[in-house]
Amino acid sequence: MKKHIKKAVILGSGALKIGEAGEFDYSGSQALKALKEEGIETVLINPNIATVQTSEKIADKIYFLPVTPYFVEQVIKKEKPEGILLAFGGQTALNCGIQLFEQGILKKYNLEVLGTPIQAIIDTEDREIFAGKLAEINVKTPKSVAVTSVQDAVKAADKMGYPIIIRAAYTLGGMGSGFCANEEELIKRADNALSYSKQILVEESLKGWKEVEYEVVRDSYNNCITVCNMENFDPLGIHTGESIVVAPSQTLSNSEYHKLRELAIKIIRHIGVVGECNVQYALDPYSEDYRVIEVNARLSRSSALASKATGYPLAFVAAKLGLGYGLFELKNSITKTTPAFFEPALDYIVCKIPRWDLNKFTGVSKQIGSSMKSVGEIMAIGRTFEESIQKGLRMVGQGMHGFVANHPLKDIVLETELAEPTDQRIFAISESLQNGSTVEEIHDLTKIDKWFLDKLKNITDLKNELSKYDSIESIPDETLLKAKQMGYSDFQIARVVLNPDDDKMEESLLKVREYRKKRNILPVVKQIDTMAGEFPAQINYLYLTYNGEYHDVEFEKDGRSVVVLGSGAYRIGSSVEFDWCSVNAIDTINKQKYRSVMINYNPETVSTDYDVCDRLFFDELTLERVLDITDLESPRGVIVSVGGQIPNNLAMRLHKTNVPILGTSPEDIDRAENRQKFSSLLDDLKIDQPRWNELTSIEDIYAFIREVGYPVLVRPSYVLSGAAMNVVSNEEELEHFLELAANVSKQHPVVVSEFIEQAKEIEIDAVAKNGEMIAYAISEHIEFAGVHSGDATIVFPPQKLYIETIRRVKRIARQIAAALNISGPFNMQLLAKDNDIKVIECNLRASRSFPFVSKVLKINLIDIATRVMLGMPVERPAKSIFELDYVGIKAPQFSFARLLNADPVLGVDMASTGEVGCIGDNYYDAVLQSMLAVGYNIPKKNILISSGPLRSKVEMLQSAKMLVEKGYNIFATAGTHKFFKENGIKSTMLHWPDEPDMKPNTLDYIREKKIDLVVNIPKNLSKGELRNGYRIRRNAVDFNIPLITNARLASAFIYAFCKMDISDIPIKSWNEYR
Amino acid sequence: MPDFKPIKLVLEDGTVFKGKSFGYHKSVAGEVVFNTAMTGYPESLTDPSYEGQILVSTYPLVGNYGVPKDDKENGIPKFYESDSIHVSGFVISDYSFDYSHWNARGSLGDWLKQNEVPGIFGIDTRALTKILREKGTMLGKIEVDGEEIDFYDPNKENLVSRVSTREKVTYGNGKHKIVLVDTGGKYNIIRCLLKRDTTVTLVPWDYDFNNDQFDGIMLANGPGDPQMCDVTINHISKALNDSKPIFGICLGNQLLGTAAGGSTHKLKYGHRAHNHPVIKAGTGTCYITSQNHGYVLDTDTLGDEWEPLFVNINDNTNEGIRHKSKPFFSTQFHPEASSGPTDTEFLFDDFVDLIKKSKGEK
Repeated sequence: MKKHIKKAVILGSGALKIGEAGEFDYSGSQALKALKEEGIETVLINPNIATVQTSEKIADKIYFLPVTPYFVEQVIKKEKPEGILLAFGGQTALNCGIQLFEQGILKKYNLEVLGTPIQAIIDTEDREIFAGKLAEINVKTPKSVAVTSVQDAVKAADKMGYPIIIRAAYTLGGMGSGFCANEEELIKRADNALSYSKQILVEESLKGWKEVEYEVVRDSYNNCITVCNMENFDPLGIHTGESIVVAPSQTLSNSEYHKLRELAIKIIRHIGVVGECNVQYALDPYSEDYRVIEVNARLSRSSALASKATGYPLAFVAAKLGLGYGLFELKNSITKTTPAFFEPALDYIVCKIPRWDLNKFTGVSKQIGSSMKSVGEIMAIGRTFEESIQKGLRMVGQGMHGFVANHPLKDIVLETELAEPTDQRIFAISESLQNGSTVEEIHDLTKIDKWFLDKLKNITDLKNELSKYDSIESIPDETLLKAKQMGYSDFQIARVVLNPDDDKMEESLLKVREYRKKRNILPVVKQIDTMAGEFPAQINYLYLTYNGEYHDVEFEKDGRSVVVLGSGAYRIGSSVEFDWCSVNAIDTINKQKYRSVMINYNPETVSTDYDVCDRLFFDELTLERVLDITDLESPRGVIVSVGGQIPNNLAMRLHKTNVPILGTSPEDIDRAENRQKFSSLLDDLKIDQPRWNELTSIEDIYAFIREVGYPVLVRPSYVLSGAAMNVVSNEEELEHFLELAANVSKQHPVVVSEFIEQAKEIEIDAVAKNGEMIAYAISEHIEFAGVHSGDATIVFPPQKLYIETIRRVKRIARQIAAALNISGPFNMQLLAKDNDIKVIECNLRASRSFPFVSKVLKINLIDIATRVMLGMPVERPAKSIFELDYVGIKAPQFSFARLLNADPVLGVDMASTGEVGCIGDNYYDAVLQSMLAVGYNIPKKNILISSGPLRSKVEMLQSAKMLVEKGYNIFATAGTHKFFKENGIKSTMLHWPDEPDMKPNTLDYIREKKIDLVVNIPKNLSKGELRNGYRIRRNAVDFNIPLITNARLASAFIYAFCKMDISDIPIKSWNEYR
Repeated sequence: MPDFKPIKLVLEDGTVFKGKSFGYHKSVAGEVVFNTAMTGYPESLTDPSYEGQILVSTYPLVGNYGVPKDDKENGIPKFYESDSIHVSGFVISDYSFDYSHWNARGSLGDWLKQNEVPGIFGIDTRALTKILREKGTMLGKIEVDGEEIDFYDPNKENLVSRVSTREKVTYGNGKHKIVLVDTGGKYNIIRCLLKRDTTVTLVPWDYDFNNDQFDGIMLANGPGDPQMCDVTINHISKALNDSKPIFGICLGNQLLGTAAGGSTHKLKYGHRAHNHPVIKAGTGTCYITSQNHGYVLDTDTLGDEWEPLFVNINDNTNEGIRHKSKPFFSTQFHPEASSGPTDTEFLFDDFVDLIKKSKGEK
C-alpha cells in the first residue's frame, strides 16, 4: 500500500503565536525526518527562521515565505512536488491547505495530500458538519447551533437556555470564544466572534465537567491506537491550553477510560483520518455521560505533549502513515524491537502547566477561560502527583518555588480567585489550604476534582509537619525523604524550616543539600521507555525522581559528557530561537565525539527529542537539579550560553559550587550582567553609554532627571503588575509611574537612564575566543530605539548604517570581548545618533537573533561558539556582511487578538510572541515578505492614519504621498488630517472615538471594516490621548484589521507595497540566495 | 499524616523491598507478577486468573478512584470480575489515601482489609518489574514484622479447582444456550454473552457438558498451569468430534489448543497488560488487547485441521487458533476486556453468529 512519492512539500506554521507555538517546529522536524528516511525530497515553506526545521540538512529546500495560498501555489508551480503535508504546521497550515483545496490548486497541480484527506479535515473543522458526522455513529456532541448573525445567536440561546458558550469556527486556540450568562454578554461576544469567522456557534454549557483528551492514530489499514489520554486539572470552561493537564488520566475508572477510548477510535475511523488526531471530551463528573467537544485532524499542541509524555513519536509515525505504511510495519523507536502498533504504558505521571506572561501587557484581563492566553508550557515528570506538580510549578519560572514556600499573593481575594480563575489560581488553592479551607470548600468554588485537591493538601500538610522543626538536622530522615518524594526542593525545605533572609538563602539551600546527601537521600534516574519496563530499552530519555531506589542507567563518569542547559518554558523574550541554539550546540558536541547531555523541560521543543542527544534529562533547570545531574555525570563541563537567560543566571551559582562551566568564565559573565560592574568597565574602556543611575529616593530621581533631562527610562527593581520598565517624558508621567512602582528604597532602588530619542539601534551578535572576536554579524532596527529589540524589525546586513558606524561598532565589540575575555557567544545592543555610539546592553550568551543572522549569513555562529567552548580549533569565517547580495529581515509577530483588552502598543518591554525572518533581493522585497508573513495584507483601498507626534507626522508624509499616488484613500484623525491638508495631501477626516456622535467616526469605520490598514502612532502617555489611541488600536485588533503603531515601520511597509506588487516577490528558496 | 506499619516484599532471589502496609496486615506468599495497565485495579484484583499471585502494578498511582459499588445485575456484580479478591497481595508505589469517584463505595485499602489481602506501597515498582523481566517471574512473599513465612509455588496446585464454581448456575434467559466452562472466568464474559441474547450456564471445570443441551461452548480464562486441567481437556476433545461452536479465552485458548494437539509452556514473565498488539494471521489487521497469562500455547504440534488465528506482534507468541472447517476458535487475549481495551469484543458477535449458523438461522 506504500505510496511512490519522490518530492513533497510541507507547510510550517509561521511565526510563534499564542495557540500555535514551538510544538509545530517539533512536529514538522519529525515529519521531515520521516520523509528523509524514505528518500523523499522535501520542500518546506515556513518563514519562521528561528526554528530547527528551517535549518540545513533537515529539509532539502526551504522557502522563508508566508504560508498563504498565493505563495504556496508559487512554490508548487516552481517545485512540482507530488505530495503535500498539511497536518504538521498547526491551524495555519491546515487553513492554508483547505483554501488550496477550495481554490482548486491541489487539483490543478495534481498534488496528493499525504495523510488525512482534505474532506476529513473539513468535516472536523466545520462544526455543523462535524456534529452531523458524529451523530451518524451515535456519538454525542454538545447541543450546538451554527449561526451567522447576532440575532440568530440570541434566538438559539433562548431556545437552549443560559449559560451558553459562543465559539468562532476556523480559529486558533478558541479565539473569540467565551461563556455568556445572559443575553447582554451574548450580544457582545457574538459580535466579536463574528469578526473572526463568518460562522459562530451557540452551544450548551458544560461548565464543571471533566475535560479529557485522547491522541488517536490510524493507518490506511484501518488499524487504530490511542497513544495517550490526558486529563485536565481544571474542569471544562478553561481552554485546554490554559489548563494544568496530567497524563495519563487520574480520576477515570477503567470503564470510563475505555469507553472514551473506544469512542475515539470509532470517531477516527468514521472521519477517515490517516495519521494522528486528537479527540477532546467533556465527561460528566457524576456519571459516564460525555460529549465530544472537538476533534483536531492534525498534529496539535496536545499531540506534541503526548509525544513527550509517552516517548511515542507521534509526528514521525503520522508522517510515515501518510506514506501508506501500516502501524505494525513500523518499529517502536524506543525498544527498536517491538512494533509501533501498541499503546504506551506509562509508569510515571506528567503534569503540563501553562506559562502566562500577562504582566507584560497593559490593560489585559488576567482571567483565564475558554480562549487561550498562555505563551508557553512546561512538562514535569514524577512518580507521584505531588512530585510532578511541584516540579512543574518551579519549571514555569514565574518566581515560584513549588506549591508552597512562596511569597504570599498580592491583591487577591482568595474566594474570587478560586471561582473566577486567573493565572494565579493554583497558588490561591495553596493559600486557601494553608489558611484552613477544606478540600470540599475549594472543590465547591473551583469544581476541580477532589482527587487533585486531596493530593495538593498532602503537600500543605507536609509543610505544617516540616515547620515543626527548626533545624535541618532535627528532621527525621523519613520526613525529609517524604518531602523530597512530594517534590519539595531544597529551597522549599530551607525556607519552611530555616526561613533565612534572602541573602542567606543560597547558603541555606546548599546546607539542606549537603545534609541530605550525607543522609543518602538522593534522587534516582528513571527512563521513559513506553512499556513501563516490560521490555528492555536502551533509551536515553530520562527524568529524576525520589520515588524509587534504583537508577535505570549507569554513568560512565569518564569526563566526556558535555551538559547543555536548555531554555525552559517559552515565554515572551525567550522561545524557539534558544531551542535552535541548544540543538545546534548539541549537534556540534555530537560531531566532536563528546557525549551530549541535554537538560530541558519544554515539551514544545526539538531539544527535548531523545534522538537529538546522547542523554536527555527531561527535568528542572534549577541549581539543585543541575547539581544532581552533574554529580552523576561528572561532566567535562556545562554550557550555559545557548539557552537564554535561565542557564545564564545559573552560571555563577554553578561555578561557586565547583561545576566546570565551558566558555566565558562565570566571573566575566557576572561583570557583564551586573550593571555597576559593566558600567565601570565601559568607563575604563572609554566606551560611551547612556547616563544612568541607581536611585533609592524620590529626591535623587528628580535630581538626576534635572541633570539628564526628559525623557528617561525608568526601571523599578521591585515590580508590581503593570509597572515594569517604562519611558517617561514629563513630570506628570513620572509621578504616575512612581505611584505604580510604589516603594522606592534602599532595598528596592529604581534605575533611571537617559533616553536618547530618534537614535538608531544596532545589534551585534558575535563569537569570541579567548577574548578575540572571530565572527560577528551586525544588524540594525527599522524602528528607532525605544522599541524592545525583541519587538523591533531587524535588518541584516544593515542597509542604512554608515560604514564608519559599522567599523566603530566592531571596534567596541572587540574591546569588550577582550576586556571580558569572552570565549563563546555574545550579543550587544548599541545606539547610534549623529556620530555617537553608546552601548546599552551586553549579554555573554547567544541572543534571540543568532539563528536569524546565522541563517542569513550562512555561517553557524553557534557551531563556532560551541567549538570554541569545547576548546577545538576554530577558523575565522572568510565571509563578511558586505559580501551579501541579499537582505534578511526579522519581523515580530504579535498575539494581541488573544489578549483581551491589552493595548497593542510597542514599548521598552517586549510584547511579541514570535518572529519570522525573510530573505529578499533587496530591502523592500524583504520588508514586504516579512510583513505578509506576520499576517499583514497589502491593503486594498482604505488606510486610516493617526500619526501622533509631529515627527511621526513628518515621517509619514512621504508615505502618504505615495499612497495617494497609488490611488489609496487616506482617512485621518483631526491633527493628522490638518497636517496632511497643509502639505497638500488629500485625506478624509474621521472623528476620534471619544466623539461618538460626530460622524464619520473612526470606530464606525473600523467596525464596519471599511478600513484595510490602521496606522496609529501613540503620541504620549497623557490620559485622553491614551484612551482615544487605545480604542482605535484595540478595535483594529478586535476587528481583525492590520495595525501598525510605529511610524518608521509604517513607512517601510507602505514604501514596500507601493514600490512593488506581491507578484514582484521572487520565489526563491534559501539556497538560491548566494 | 498517619503512620503506616512497615511491611516488606521478599523475592526468591533474595531481593528485599521495604514498604508500608495499606491493606490487611499479614504475611503472604505466592508468585510475583507485574501488570503494566494504568487503570482497572478493581477488575484485576477480582480476576480469578490472579489466584495465588502477588500482583505488582507498574503504574505508580493507585487507589485514585476507590472501589466501585457492589450493585448486582443478572445475579452478578456490575463492577467486579468475581465475588472476591483473588490476588494474594498487591504491590504499588504511591497509594491514594483519599479517593474520588461518583461510583466509589470505599477506599482500596479498606477493601483489601475486608478481604484480608495485604497491600504494600512505597515500593520502587519499576526496579522490581525490571528484576522480574530480567530474571523471570519468581516466587515472593510479603512479610510483616514478626510473621516469617515460607515461599509458596501456586503453580504446583490445581488453582482452577480452587476458583471454579462448585455447581451449575444459569444466567439470563436468551435465545442461544451457552455452556460456560468455569476454569476461573471473569464475570465480564457472562456480561458480554448476556448482551447477545443468550442464556449462560456456568458449569464446574471438571463437569462433562457433552451430554447437556446447548448451542455453543465458551471456555473461560483461569489461573495456573493449563496441564493441571486434563479433565477439562478431555471434555473439550470429546466436543471437538461434534460441530457445536466453541470459543475459548486465555486459559480456554490453551485448553482448546492442547485438545487440538498443541502443547503449552511457561513464559519468562508472562503478558499482563492493556497494550499488547496482536495481528490477525495472514492480514494487516491489528488489535490492541488486554492480556493476563503466564503460560502460552505452542502451535507447532497442532493438528492439520487447525491454524493460528492471532499472533502477538511484540514477541510472536500465539494469540489464538481456529479450526479450518469447524466453528472452533479461541484467543489468548481477553476480548471481554474489563479491564482494558474493548477492540475485540466483536469476537462475541462472531461467536453468536457461528451459533446462529450452526443452528441454521439466517
